Amino acid sequence: MKRFPWWIRDTIYAVIFIGVLIGLSYGLEAIPIQGIAYYNRILVLMGINITLAVSLNIINGHAGQFSLGHAGFMAVGAYFAAFLTVYYFSPYVNTIPEGTGQWLAQNGLLLLAVLLGGTVAAVAGYIVGLPSLRLRGDYLAIVTLGFGEIIRVIILNIDKVGAARGFTGIPPWSNFFWVYFFCGVTIAISWRLVNSSVGRAFLSVREDEIAAEAMGVDTTKYKVKAFIIGSFLAGVAGGLFAHYTPAYLNPTMFTFIRSFEIIAMVVLGGLGSISGSVLAAIILTFLPEGLRAAKGVLHMTKDPRMVIYSVMLIVLMLTRPQGLFGRRELWQVLARRKNTIPTKGRDEGDAADKLDRDAGPPVS
Amino acid sequence: MQEFLQNLLNGVAVGAIYALIALGYTMVYGILKLINFAHGDVFMLGSFVGFYAGGWATTHMHDKAGTWMSWPIAGAVMLLAMIACGLFGYLNERIAYRPLRNAPRIASLITAIGVSFFLEYGGQFVFGPDPKFFPTLIEKHLIRAGGIVTTNYQLIVLVVAIIFMAILQYIIYGTKFGRAMRAVSFNFETASLMGIPTDRIISITFIIGSVLAAVAGILYGLSYPKIDPLMGIMPGLKAFIAAVLGGIGNVPGAVVGGLIIGIIESFVGGSQFSSFRDAIAFVILIGILLFRPTGLFGKYEPEKV
Repeated sequence: MKRFPWWIRDTIYAVIFIGVLIGLSYGLEAIPIQGIAYYNRILVLMGINITLAVSLNIINGHAGQFSLGHAGFMAVGAYFAAFLTVYYFSPYVNTIPEGTGQWLAQNGLLLLAVLLGGTVAAVAGYIVGLPSLRLRGDYLAIVTLGFGEIIRVIILNIDKVGAARGFTGIPPWSNFFWVYFFCGVTIAISWRLVNSSVGRAFLSVREDEIAAEAMGVDTTKYKVKAFIIGSFLAGVAGGLFAHYTPAYLNPTMFTFIRSFEIIAMVVLGGLGSISGSVLAAIILTFLPEGLRAAKGVLHMTKDPRMVIYSVMLIVLMLTRPQGLFGRRELWQVLARRKNTIPTKGRDEGDAADKLDRDAGPPVS
Repeated sequence: MQEFLQNLLNGVAVGAIYALIALGYTMVYGILKLINFAHGDVFMLGSFVGFYAGGWATTHMHDKAGTWMSWPIAGAVMLLAMIACGLFGYLNERIAYRPLRNAPRIASLITAIGVSFFLEYGGQFVFGPDPKFFPTLIEKHLIRAGGIVTTNYQLIVLVVAIIFMAILQYIIYGTKFGRAMRAVSFNFETASLMGIPTDRIISITFIIGSVLAAVAGILYGLSYPKIDPLMGIMPGLKAFIAAVLGGIGNVPGAVVGGLIIGIIESFVGGSQFSSFRDAIAFVILIGILLFRPTGLFGKYEPEKV
């Protein structure tokens, strides 16, 4: 593909990607297995989790800003997108006679709602990113956690979106195609970002903020930028989640426990490793579902799957403290295994991790 | 004025419980720089041990109810919860945190989250997810003084909390162990070079923190008798905020932070904004951190290259 100009090459990639997705979204539903709808549902939720994990990886892994409020951004995107479709878009789509026109309007408006939801989440990310100018490490973590909870309590008090009853009546427009389309977009953005000057600036902020500043990197600007990009993508994931069957939202879905789940994916995959985040999101989404079988195997009356899940999370972390891939990507890990010559760059992170232990906020 | 004093008293009573939990957070953070997210669930564990021990005691010794004997029984229940939680705290540190001592700090944070999930889901699995009613270990009395209504429970909470804080203060500033603990929190590596058995100090710190959480669990169960396996999440989070508010790692700061959160929550709960009660702690936290990034009593150290 080297002989094409970049924009033709990228268009070809995009067309192939969309083609494969369309094929899969029809193909997967047609597989004649009993309960295929259930597997498809897990697959879609997995796609949403991948989007969330990769977007959080931009903030936590690349820029090194410890954020615990990702569920809050997701909630903003979900609720705003759902608000738009329920009160404005859905009534409009219903006026169009059934057929191609309605189909086009439905998908176009879903795209619009999801993107607007992401934009509002990005504004929230900007507001949360501001305190990160002053706070570091664990203090930043707790403030982002706080923002996430504040967002949740605010939603809990808005009657227009159902408050504590939950938001019902959202049209179930989201599907496999859209979820994995944005999943691919997120991974592409993340990948292009980390290999751009902005991504290099992120990495320099993560590795050593003072040195980065001394080298002329506007650390403030890049920290806020990371928050805006990460929260935009989280908001998009939220919007898709809101419109996926059963298309119901409740503030209890977006507690800090949800943020913990996402951060567990990022850390388990290895901070800064995109393929690691993807793999960890896949594992941690499938694990609780796969463990449903445990109840029958162990002859238990209660379902022990979440207990086993938490134990496995601990065990995974104990065996791979640096994450599945460390700070490398999947292919870098594989390449290293084949020939023991160390791959260049991106590997010095382990030394920085040790330094990080002493770099916590001051303590009396 | 009466309403003001009433809210203040309620706030101090709940704030004392937050403070007891916050002490565990702040001590562990002071030494390991680790946010022990499982701490709120240790508090839940203490409450449940109290529930079962207290339930056994009230069915087998119901003739003692209301007599002076109910005091030693309540004390024994609390002691049992303290022992159980202390043991859990020790094992928790030993299994989930110690192997990661030299790993990136965030790894132990994730195991802390894992342990927290383990206690929450395990609690739902073992105890059942439905709320339970904490046994009345001590008869409840209303006390009226100058228009303020209080209960003997609130007084018990305050007295017990103050006793344990005094003991902690003595341990930290009056014993050899406390000096070692302060040394480890000041500089981990130097302390171990000076011959301080850092691993043992850390273990004991975890035990003390968990014991305080157990005390808080019993006091909480006594004052708000509805307990369930997820009850540790919100108080744990608020206690953590209290610890950060006071300057995490700072012991008196945790107590002050706990009282501030408790009092403000009580005032907001009594006002027309009561539905925002759970968010107010965070609003205060963010407000204070914006002006004092290391909390009220945290020391500011300029960053060095």
